[in-house]
Amino acid sequence: MDQVVIANRLSDGLVVFLAAAPGAPRGDWKLRLDEASVAAEDARAEELLALSLASARERHEVIEPYLIEVEQTASGLRPTKYREVIRCLGPTVRLDLGKQADSREV
Amino acid sequence: MYQYDEYDHALVQDRVAQFRRQVERRMSGELTEEQFRPLRLMNGLYLQLHAYMLRIAIPYGTLDSRQMRKLAFIARRYDKGYGHFTTRQNLQFNWPKLEETPDILAELAEVEMHAIQTSGNCIRNVTSDQFAGAAEGEIEDPRIWCEIIRQWSTLHPEFSFLPRKFKIAVTGSEHDRAAVKVHDIGLIMRRDGSGQAGFEVIVGGGLGRTPFIGKTIRKFLPKQDLLSYLEAILRVYNQLGRRDNKYKARIKVTVHEIGAAEFTRLVDEEWAAMGDSSLKLPKPEVDRIARHFEPPAFRALPKASPTTDARMQNDPDFAAWVRHNVSPHKVSGYAIASISLKPIGLPPGDATAEQMDVVADLADEFSFGEIRVTHAQNLVLAHVERDGLPALFDRLAAAGLAASNIGLLSDIIACPGLDYCALANARSIPIAERITERFADRDRLELIGEMQIKISGCINACGHHHVGHIGILGVDRKGEEHYQIQLGGSATEDAALGRILGRGFSANEVVDVVEKIVDTYLDLRTPGEVFIDTYRRVGQDPFKERVYGAA
Repeated sequence: MDQVVIANRLSDGLVVFLAAAPGAPRGDWKLRLDEASVAAEDARAEELLALSLASARERHEVIEPYLIEVEQTASGLRPTKYREVIRCLGPTVRLDLGKQADSREV
Repeated sequence: MYQYDEYDHALVQDRVAQFRRQVERRMSGELTEEQFRPLRLMNGLYLQLHAYMLRIAIPYGTLDSRQMRKLAFIARRYDKGYGHFTTRQNLQFNWPKLEETPDILAELAEVEMHAIQTSGNCIRNVTSDQFAGAAEGEIEDPRIWCEIIRQWSTLHPEFSFLPRKFKIAVTGSEHDRAAVKVHDIGLIMRRDGSGQAGFEVIVGGGLGRTPFIGKTIRKFLPKQDLLSYLEAILRVYNQLGRRDNKYKARIKVTVHEIGAAEFTRLVDEEWAAMGDSSLKLPKPEVDRIARHFEPPAFRALPKASPTTDARMQNDPDFAAWVRHNVSPHKVSGYAIASISLKPIGLPPGDATAEQMDVVADLADEFSFGEIRVTHAQNLVLAHVERDGLPALFDRLAAAGLAASNIGLLSDIIACPGLDYCALANARSIPIAERITERFADRDRLELIGEMQIKISGCINACGHHHVGHIGILGVDRKGEEHYQIQLGGSATEDAALGRILGRGFSANEVVDVVEKIVDTYLDLRTPGEVFIDTYRRVGQDPFKERVYGAA
């Protein structure tokens, strides 16, 4: 199952995703799920998670990073769990807010 | 209402300065998240699903127009243009930035507000009756005692590290609008045989995963003994309350495990041991605080208002609003106007910055500048001249604030649920929205009459589902949102916990199930009988049969 790392950005709490090339010493945090690095295998997922924990603990960029499962759909990456879908899009009762609202924000 | 003195101002401003420095240290990496988390929680700052969340204390649900305007300003300047009023009479902003939170708190301090005691294992912001000081038949304004409890409990060194959070609710009226029996301590003002006012003391109520109705441990406590007796309760809890298991740490479990009689004995023993060292409330100090809650300058007015009566004759919308949202006031010619934050198809308890400004203006024009927040997530203007009701209604209607449904089926309590909350297992708000859409017809709502639906998105029960006439609990079942239904709960003086009806339902089925329950009630009720009375008379079986079919 494909996985990406999700976290909250320390400064404003917004949901971010890790992007890092294989073997890179550190990654970047992206606001768009589609820009996240997708790990198809466990070893790569562990690598991404290790980078994210270093980012959280050493550079204090994010809080509470963890891996989530995603799948490719016609409209792009989508988490498999509904909780994470809501996290990635925004409140389902306020479609004008969150990532779903404004692609410029992400 | 209460005005800060120099100590209050200094305390709140010092806290802002302290938190500003703590945020700087967190941002620079001097503090880890593990170290910082308890510090931010002590200032009401949580991390939710999409962003941080700031919970601002509205002590005993009373605020003035200046404070409401400040909340509107913060919503616009620092958040996304709205706020959410909660079941603890507080306000939550869903999108504050950590780096701007000290500025938000500084803005709040300017108007005597803060986010202290909105999180953590301390005595939380005290809640009360939203009709305090206005209700007919009230013994005394309970907010005097709420404020005394607030001053005593804020940063009280002995109670800053309790086994778990601690919630106190106070009412001055027989009819309980503050859900006092499901609080850690509930206080109901009573008179003794000689006519002296005091409190019935109820301990160990609560919701969450282990709900209990509180037990009365003292039928009458003289007012001047309030703080010493509370202190005795807290001391017993602080010593015996479990710290090994977060889920068994509330006082309700302590009372349950050792029994109400033994708990009472321990409290009385502790209280007696305090002896002369105990806190007797000096009368001048009580009087000083009571002066802050003196009634506003009511005018001498006739009881009836021909203007309002005439408008009711001619305007069914206005008449419906008066029927459901206007309550009698203890002063002739005045009324209590509830502002429903439950419009059809929208999130319960949300208000836009513009609506907050409108309510502030209306409070100034119609109600001595004072506003109340209710635990049912509505607002109240407590002192409105009956003659002013038509103009008030028109202004509310223009702002989308004239939903006429207080106490009716669409006046739903719902927690933020999985749309916002990191703890939730399922969404609450969309269920509430769909129920209000299904039951949008006013005639039908009025036919059904008094009905409380309460929805929680997880077992923590912020949406009070245990005490809803119909309670709905969202759970995660194999990766799908799923909803359990409970019937027969009540949050008022006849407090009761609901019983689970049977197997749960998918999100798509819930509204149909609610409709079946309502239809069963309509079929079975005797003339004038409200839902909860029908349920108590006929029991659960007829509802079960209708919902699940014959067994």
